[in-house]
Amino acid sequence: MIKLFSLKQQKKDGESSPRPGNQKKPSAAQLRITKDINELNLPKTCSTEFPDPDDLLTFKLIICPDEGFYRTGRFVFSFKVGPNYPHEPPKVKCETQVYHPNIDQQGNVCLNILREDWKPVLTINSIVYGLQYLFLEPNAEDPLNKEAAEVLTNNRRLFEQNVQKAMRGGQVGGLYFERCLK
Amino acid sequence: MGESAQDSYQKRWGHLRKVLERQGPFGHPEFEPSPEILEFVMNGCKILVIGAGGLGCELLKDLALMGFKNIHVIDMDTIELSNLNRQFLFRRKDIGMSKAECAAAFINSRVHGCQVTPHYKRIQDFDESFYRQFHVIVCGLDSIVARRWINGMMISMLQYDDGVLDQSSLIPIVDGGTEGFKGNARVIMPGLTACIECTLDLYPPQITYPLCTIANTPRLPEHCIEYVKVVQWPKENPWGSNIDGDDPQHITWIYEKSAERALQFNITGLSYRLVQGVVKNIIPAVASTNAVIAAVCATEVFKLATSCCVPMNNYMVFNDVDGIYSYTYEAEKKSNCLACSQVPQTLEIKDPSKMKLKDLIQVLCESASFQMRNPGLTTYINGKNKTLYMSTIKSIEERTRDNLNKTLTDLGLSDNCEIMVADQTSPNTLILKLKYLIEDVNMD
Ligand SMILES: [Zn+2]
Repeated sequence: MIKLFSLKQQKKDGESSPRPGNQKKPSAAQLRITKDINELNLPKTCSTEFPDPDDLLTFKLIICPDEGFYRTGRFVFSFKVGPNYPHEPPKVKCETQVYHPNIDQQGNVCLNILREDWKPVLTINSIVYGLQYLFLEPNAEDPLNKEAAEVLTNNRRLFEQNVQKAMRGGQVGGLYFERCLK
Repeated sequence: MGESAQDSYQKRWGHLRKVLERQGPFGHPEFEPSPEILEFVMNGCKILVIGAGGLGCELLKDLALMGFKNIHVIDMDTIELSNLNRQFLFRRKDIGMSKAECAAAFINSRVHGCQVTPHYKRIQDFDESFYRQFHVIVCGLDSIVARRWINGMMISMLQYDDGVLDQSSLIPIVDGGTEGFKGNARVIMPGLTACIECTLDLYPPQITYPLCTIANTPRLPEHCIEYVKVVQWPKENPWGSNIDGDDPQHITWIYEKSAERALQFNITGLSYRLVQGVVKNIIPAVASTNAVIAAVCATEVFKLATSCCVPMNNYMVFNDVDGIYSYTYEAEKKSNCLACSQVPQTLEIKDPSKMKLKDLIQVLCESASFQMRNPGLTTYINGKNKTLYMSTIKSIEERTRDNLNKTLTDLGLSDNCEIMVADQTSPNTLILKLKYLIEDVNMD
């Protein structure tokens, strides 16, 4: 063990001059997100948009699925990474109105790793893949849009038609959707 | 010192003198007993207590009665009625006032000779020059963000000479935490032993429920409250702001909406208190747990300050839910810890007015000691994050490309500044300090 304060050199009293270059220190969250972003390995259906290149904590993810029900659509998600990242997951919202069993009208997304199954070892990349998967395999068992989930379970053709209709812009099941074709 | 003054001195500090002025079988092997040590505790040693809440009140009382006279305390909170059962330095008349200020005033008037200096501020309001004045930092916090922040600050203050830690730059952290009948106390030697970031997995994540459950199949009153918090509030946004857990109007609104939802799903057990608890994420505090954990922490501070005994190595858990259980083990330092595995490396730059950013990147990619692939570079300039270059993200690359042809001087990177470099070849973002060999460019 180290002997911290041998009595001879105990003097502190704030008189020690600050080190040269007293620069702001990066937080652990900042170091980690820098790494996550630099190593984003996006599938070809996804791209990111950073409104301010100096702010790596706020960005958008754009998904243009190339297969499945949603293949002609373009969906935008907003990411906000907080100071407690990666202890807490980033806040992710879907900014595009979408007819989807796991996404509601307010843009809330039911994806387990965004809430109850988040772990610090997961990265932004994990979330990107999770979101992409939601468009390939919408999950009727964990619905946020209950009605869409029921249609998906009972009548896949009708579900497909509804998705198309919503993506072209229009009314489905009493809800209005904006056009989001790519 | 007169006869009677000496008597009372002996009476008050005799027990400490037995420990500090004699060798003992349990003492630290290198401990050199001396009367100067008590003198140091009382007049030389400067302690910072972070948090003046449940643990903080106990800590201040313990440290003051132990003989520490030079104590600072930081807390940005004000006193609430519900604090008074355990935060015993406060009285009803103090409600609404600063915890730090009231606690300091109480100790100063109650413990003769003790000088507690309060700071009614956030820890983030202070910089390195403030923190450097302390010998030991002891935390009684309820926030992980704050713990991580102070941990990062202490680690960033470490100085290395040729990669070897200069121990005089090290300030130990003693950290206590309680949750109901459970608590923990730990000693962190930043840079040497496991830090907060090394053991981040130990902190349980906040309880969250699957979104689809709270939206469709709520079973618990908590599900109803979460639904209102996560879905209804952002949708209706009654006050056009984020939820403020301390605003009774907000809590009432959430309470009423949750009650409607609970009724709809036949869920019982919803109360205003529960709403408050869920929204503010309150864990019931138990006074005795605070007392135990604070006592352990204060003892560790004493051991560190006097070197009379080997400090705890390094993490103690305590649980008195059912009987009493306690266990101490050595939490391990993580070799790839985001915070403490960083020994800032120095990169020597011949002439910053000639070296362009692309030259720097070339050095990072080609030099034998780095061999990076696609380094992303950021820094802090005037306290703000600045992305220098990142090739892997298209929208960032496009807007930082121009930096490649700028010199380090043009980019505002001064001598001794630090840049953060992320690359797939390293598990963490590295911190590189730029050392300029030519400082004075006006040599003609
Ligand atoms: Zn660490």
